[in-house]
Formats: sequence, C-alpha cells, structure tokens
Amino acid sequence: MKNWFKRTNLLWLALIVSTYVILNVLISTGIINNVYQTVLLTIGINIILAISLNLIIGITGQFSLGHAGFMIIGAYSCGVVLKLVAGGTIGVLLGMLIGMAISAAVALVVAIPTLRLRGDYLAIATLGFGEIIRIVVLNMEVTNGAAGLILPKAVSWHMVYWAMVICTLVIVNFGISAHGRACISVREDEIAAEAMGINTTQYKILAFVIGAMIASVAGALYAGAFYVIKPEMFTYSKSIDILVLVVFGGMGSITGSFISTVLVSLLNTALQQFSSVRMIVYGLALVVIMVFRPSGLLGRKEFSFDALLKKFDKKKGAAS
Amino acid sequence: MLQVKDLSVHYGMIQALRQVSLEVNEGEIVALIGANGAGKTTLLHAISGLVKKSEGEIIFLENSLNKATARSIVSSGITQVPEGRRIFPDMSVAENLLMGAYLRKDKKGIEEDMQKVYERFPRLNERKKQLAGTLSGGEQQMLAMGRALMAKPKLLLLDEPSMGLSPLLVKEIFSIITEINKQGTTVLLVEQNARMALQIADRAYVMETGKIVLSGTGEELAASDEIKKAYLGG
Repeated sequence: MKNWFKRTNLLWLALIVSTYVILNVLISTGIINNVYQTVLLTIGINIILAISLNLIIGITGQFSLGHAGFMIIGAYSCGVVLKLVAGGTIGVLLGMLIGMAISAAVALVVAIPTLRLRGDYLAIATLGFGEIIRIVVLNMEVTNGAAGLILPKAVSWHMVYWAMVICTLVIVNFGISAHGRACISVREDEIAAEAMGINTTQYKILAFVIGAMIASVAGALYAGAFYVIKPEMFTYSKSIDILVLVVFGGMGSITGSFISTVLVSLLNTALQQFSSVRMIVYGLALVVIMVFRPSGLLGRKEFSFDALLKKFDKKKGAAS
Repeated sequence: MLQVKDLSVHYGMIQALRQVSLEVNEGEIVALIGANGAGKTTLLHAISGLVKKSEGEIIFLENSLNKATARSIVSSGITQVPEGRRIFPDMSVAENLLMGAYLRKDKKGIEEDMQKVYERFPRLNERKKQLAGTLSGGEQQMLAMGRALMAKPKLLLLDEPSMGLSPLLVKEIFSIITEINKQGTTVLLVEQNARMALQIADRAYVMETGKIVLSGTGEELAASDEIKKAYLGG
C-alpha cells in the first residue's frame, strides 16, 4: 500500500488549498475584479486543455491537432443539457458526464484507424477529424447551428479550480503509473516498447481517450462560464492555440503547461489594450522562446517537492 | 527449443526472407552471420512477432507462434535486444530495467532480478538514476541487455550487440553473453562481426539475400574457406 500521507503529498495538498484560499480572499476583497476573474476562468480552462493535450503529445508522443473537436463535444453536451434538461451546477455536471462519454466513444472511433499513422500523417488526420465534428455541430438542430447557444452562467471559478485540480491529479498520477511509463516508452521508442511486450496501440488509444475526455470537461466548463458557444470558436486554430501552450511549456512537462498557460494568458490580457500589435508581440514571444528554448520552457522537467526538499536538506547538511 | 520452418517474409513487393529454416536447441549459443541486407534482423523480428510472416511456421517449446502477438511471445519466454540498442533515452536506467519486466507481476522476483542485473553490470548500478540517453554506447548496450534479462527470457535474441563499440568493449559484451548463456539462457545472436560470433557460438548459420546458405558448428564455419574469404577477411 502506498503511503498517502507522505511529506510531499501533504505539501501538495497545502499548496492546492492555500492557492484556493488566497484566490478566494483576493476575489472577495475585490483585488481580483470581474475582468480578472474572467482571466482566471480562462487560465483554469486552458490549463485543463493544455495538460490533456500534453498527455497525448508530450507523454505518449502522438501528434494530435484535433483537440478542439473534443472541446466542442464537451461544450455542446453541457450547453444542450443546460438549455433542455437542468440548469445550475447539476446541469453542468450532467452535461460534463455526457460530454465525457460521447468524447470517449468518438475518440475510440477516431483512434483505432488514425493511431496507426505516425507524425505528420496523424496530425493531418486528427486535424480533419476536429473539423468534421465542428461541421456536424454546425448542421445540427439541437445545437442551433451557426448562431450557437446562449446560456445562463452556471460555472463559477470555484468549480473551474477544483476541476483543474482533479484533472491534473488524474493526469499526473497516470503519468507516473506503470501505464504512464508504458505510454512514455511508446513515445521514446515504439519498436523497443513492442519488443518488451507492450501493446503500443492499446496505450496510444488509452492516452488519446483519456485526453479527449478531459478536453471535453474543459469544453463543458467553458460553456457554463462564458454564456455563448458557437461552432466558429472551436476551429482548428483553437487546437493550435492549445498546442502552442503545450509546446511553449515543454512537451511532456505538466508543470510547463501550467506555467505557459498562465504566462500566455497574462500576456494576452496585458496586450488587450494594444489590439493592433497584440498578435505581433505574441508571435514574437513564441519565436523567441522557440529560438532560445527549443524544447519549451521546462523541457520534460517537472516541479517536485521531493527534489526541492532534497536540495534543502543538502544545504542544511552543508551548513551544519 | 525453437524451430523455424520455411519462413518467408515480404515487405510489400520485396521478399526479405525466402523459406528460412533453422533450429535452436536449449542451452546453445547460435550465431546468425551475414552481410548487410541478408535478412538477419528481419528473421529476429519475425520470431519476436514484430513483422508479419507470409509463409512458414515458428515453433517455440512445442507451441506454434503463428498466431501469437509480440506481447504473448515475450511472455512465452523470447526477448529481443533490438539492433542499435533502442533504450528509452528519457527514462532513467532503473525505469528502463522496469520496462523490461513490464509483463511480469511478481514484484519480489522483479526486485531480485534487478539486483542480479546490477551485479552483472556494476556500471548500471552506479548510474541507476541517470537518464539512459546520457550513457555511453557500451553502457547503453549493457542496459539493453539488462532490460531484456528483466523479462526472464528462456531464449534471448541479440541483434548486433557489437555495433559501434570499441574492440575492448566488444570483448566484454561477448564474455557477458557467454556468461548469461552459462547461467541457463539460450542465445540466438545476430552479428556482422563474424569472427567474434563464431568464437562463442556452438552452432552458426550464414545468411545471404534472405536465404540460409551454410550452417555448422562455430569451429567448422570459422575454418571453412568460403567463410574466411567472405566474412573473416582472408
């Protein structure tokens, strides 16, 4: 049995709770006003998207460009439930579950033929698939076509925060499990992985399906938080936005995805007033990062309390 | 222990193996030598289930492997050390070894075997937590072999273990292969370094353009004029 109350786990818990409390205090005292609350929501949702794509691209090494497709599924499942079945938190949760189920089924159907492809072929296939989903949504009755859905606000930042925490825990723990290690071995060397008896196709599909389900959670949160969803919000350029977050932070590093999402969101907000130069500065920042840190901000490194404590202990040891 | 009967493999239109038959008996070291493109690696891949065979049969321990997947072949006791080592560069040495034991469930046995691997390759023990990609070529070869041993194979397939290594390291690797064999693992060895391979092999097969053209004991082949001319440089 693992020890759930290790020093590092407690530290993580403390970090999660204290961040939550601090944000809460900042919001209730008005230091984080409504505008910044929206930024906060965006950051939370984008983090979920980035880490879910990171599971597919960074950890398992399968280049997918169809992530917005799964976000649509989540967004519209939640949207339709909020409109037709139930409102409020219950509606969001129900929509989320339905979205996850549909995403999982769709991901499975997409994964089985496409994950035989590699590299750029897979990227093109998944890109096409993302567009197919969008076109389907665009032409359905219940989704109200191109006009989209106008929804009541049903998601608060509390929900986004805890959803983000849960999704992160799921992905991080998957990544360090034996299954996660098998996924990494597929990324590292598919032939060697197969020679070790790993069913490489099965792990690619597993990672793809989990990633898709988590992306649809982000979609559901988005629908509940931002009043309006339209198919045009989820084109392939949305998939690329998510990809940028992953590459920028470092493929394979969940910590990196967190940092890059926060930085990019803050940069976007700061540049909002200079909308004419916004994309130029944003693009330039990406070019600079890729030139100086081609494997992203963190590469494949993760922040860990274990390493930090060890450093700390060493320093103490050296001082005494 | 292993019988390959009339095995043919195609890559699209190209026939890589033409009705190859060979046999490996328990406890032996069998070498498979031949030039580039002779089909040696393809034969190993076919035995491991990594390529599809178009004809023929492979029998291991009285069971046909014709319908077996790569996974079930590993669990039946055949492990391959692939050409070019193919370790997982961004995993630590210890994680690489654990990947080798991927299909095993006995935690205690895995732990013991890990210690055994560290004893056999002390350099891996020193570098346990280091990323495998940062190891030298020789160390990577040792890691690849250690990783394969973690699966507890009855038959170990080695593909070009001497590739890209200094003569001194080649010697070391070959003496380790002999040792592994002495401790009860049967070895099928693919090599371009025919001289070294024939020295340690009980028996050997020579392949040319997808066919087996000669076979015999290691000594016989090492003494044969044809082999001397073609592979041993006079």
